[in-house]
Amino acid sequence: MSILVFAEHDNSSLKQATLSVLAAAKEIGGDIDVLVAGENCGAVAEQAAKAEGVNKVLVADNAAYGHNLGENLGELVAEVGNGYSHILAAAGTTGKDFMPRVAALLDVAQVSDIMGVVDADTFVRPIYAGNAIATVKSKDSTKVITVRPTGFDPVAGEGGSASVENLDVVKDAGISSFVSEELAKSDRPDLASASIVISGGRGMQNGENFKMLEQVADLLGAAVGASRAAVDAGFVPNDMQVGQTGKIVAPQLYVAVGISGAIQHLAGMGDSKVIVAINKDEEAPIFQVADYGLVADLFEAVPQLEEELKKVL
Amino acid sequence: MKVLVAVKRVIDYNVKVRVKPDNSGVDLANVKMAMNPFCEIAVEEAVRLKEKGVASEIVVVSIGPKAAQEQIRTALALGADRGIHVETDEEVQSLEAAKLLKAIVEKEEPKLVILGKQSIDSDNNQTGQMLAALTGMAQGTFASEVVVDGEKVNVTREVDGGLMTVSLNLPAVVTTDLRLNEPRYASLPNIMKAKKKPLDATTPADLGVDMAHRLETVKVEAPAARKAGIKVEDVAQLVDKLKNEAKVI
Ligand SMILES: Cc1cc2nc3c(=O)[nH]c(=O)nc-3n(C[C@H](O)[C@H](O)[C@H](O)COP(=O)(O)OP(=O)(O)OC[C@H]3O[C@@H](n4cnc5c(N)ncnc54)[C@H](O)[C@@H]3O)c2cc1C
Ligand SMILES: Nc1ncnc2c1ncn2[C@@H]1O[C@H](COP(=O)(O)O)[C@@H](O)[C@H]1O
Repeated sequence: MSILVFAEHDNSSLKQATLSVLAAAKEIGGDIDVLVAGENCGAVAEQAAKAEGVNKVLVADNAAYGHNLGENLGELVAEVGNGYSHILAAAGTTGKDFMPRVAALLDVAQVSDIMGVVDADTFVRPIYAGNAIATVKSKDSTKVITVRPTGFDPVAGEGGSASVENLDVVKDAGISSFVSEELAKSDRPDLASASIVISGGRGMQNGENFKMLEQVADLLGAAVGASRAAVDAGFVPNDMQVGQTGKIVAPQLYVAVGISGAIQHLAGMGDSKVIVAINKDEEAPIFQVADYGLVADLFEAVPQLEEELKKVL
Repeated sequence: MKVLVAVKRVIDYNVKVRVKPDNSGVDLANVKMAMNPFCEIAVEEAVRLKEKGVASEIVVVSIGPKAAQEQIRTALALGADRGIHVETDEEVQSLEAAKLLKAIVEKEEPKLVILGKQSIDSDNNQTGQMLAALTGMAQGTFASEVVVDGEKVNVTREVDGGLMTVSLNLPAVVTTDLRLNEPRYASLPNIMKAKKKPLDATTPADLGVDMAHRLETVKVEAPAARKAGIKVEDVAQLVDKLKNEAKVI
């Protein structure tokens, strides 16, 4: 078995999610190579070489890969990955974008968003917004897989000493180009890997009121998330959406404030270790999954929470 | 320009699915079915492009059982001009759907193909990207804005870090995200009119596509249930529990 893991990064540092993908690769078993594709991404390659269990780091450093364009990455990974038994990437927006292209170019199926490995051919993944869990077996010779990072405990990021090899494969499909990006800037931890997440829903009423959640988040070192309703209403940007079709989180503590608990939201946070719900409607479905439920008006409860936390932290 | 839209018949998003006792799948008998919500957004975007004078014709395709014609009729009532039904009673996996859509793209030669980003049943999020690769087209996935500009289309995409805009050569594939638009409802007169719009039927065999599944579902199970929690009296008790019982702060 030989596994190619696509490294997710921003050209300067390796994303934590990659360490979880490496953990999935380790469960499958076999030699693990990491592909770092980017522009001026040498620092990422060095970091990847230190990750636990990596055999070799392949680096494709070219302007064509600077912005993760799916057309270019698809061709690159299909060529470099051809011959491996498995090609793995994190199921974030980058992997979701280019990996199906890889699968189609290799004429194989893709197994999306796996949360478990049964054996080298068989994987566990959620369907129907996590209301059912499927075990699927792939008959293809190369398995193209996206990995749900919360399903696998990350391998160590330090201690390894893999070799680093430069590839001079340039795949520029020439049919798409990067125009601009608007990236959210935040000093808080990354939503997808934070150990505490506090999310607000429609009950927050407006974007201004999310400041209350941010103050609590800063006391706890938490990330701030949101329901679809809060994003649709324009309270907060899209990158904060947690759920079936947003980000998947599984922190130690998830606090849902003014969120009813629709299945599509639960799909994104249901694997959190401890769930707290603050909602004024005692019938809200979120209470069925909450370890600790508080029936209260959030506009009273959240400021109180901030005060109480200041006392004990 | 011609726009092709792919719509999938899926379980209605409000239905709580139940796993079959024999673990072979989920129970779809007597369950309300509907158009995949992301496909509704795809239809709406095509209709808006037509209203702006950018699109000249909207062709809608669905692959599935006879009943999938209901979803095609819905799309026709919303403003699509013509439907194509690829009839099959088999499960349709994403690679197969992409190959069938490729065959239709080759016949119809649309300038823009709009799909949903994800089916809410399989949660695959693959078909649009696979179709784009098979046809050599560029792709704008998870779109929150689509602006056609001559021989190019600018697509703003919802990505993990925020928003990213790309410029794609036409023809191109776009997959929709939730914020692209808010789909309209079909009016009764339009539902009546849709009954007279053309709807052609074809089959995977006619299109020459191999439907041998590459993925086999071994079993489908219900997710592990969370054990019931408790209600706390007030914020002070909540903080105490989090600190001393759950030990997460
Ligand atoms: C295709 C599709 C994909 C979707 N994907 C997602 C997804 O990824 N993520 C997601 O979250 N949703 C998703 N949804 C939407 C989902 O179905 C729900 O509509 C959404 O989660 C509701 O958000 P909410 O809980 O904030 O709002 P609501 O359901 O309106 O709930 C608001 C809650 O706030 C409470 N509240 C109001 N005021 C106060 C107050 N002062 N104090 C305390 N509590 C208060 C109310 O009691 C209520 O329970 C999707 C839907 C579809 C169709
Ligand atoms: N059977 C189908 N018929 C028509 N369109 C489909 C079908 N399967 C997938 N699609 C399209 O591909 C999108 C993504 O589906 P998926 O890759 O299955 O998540 C859907 O929103 C549809 O636009």
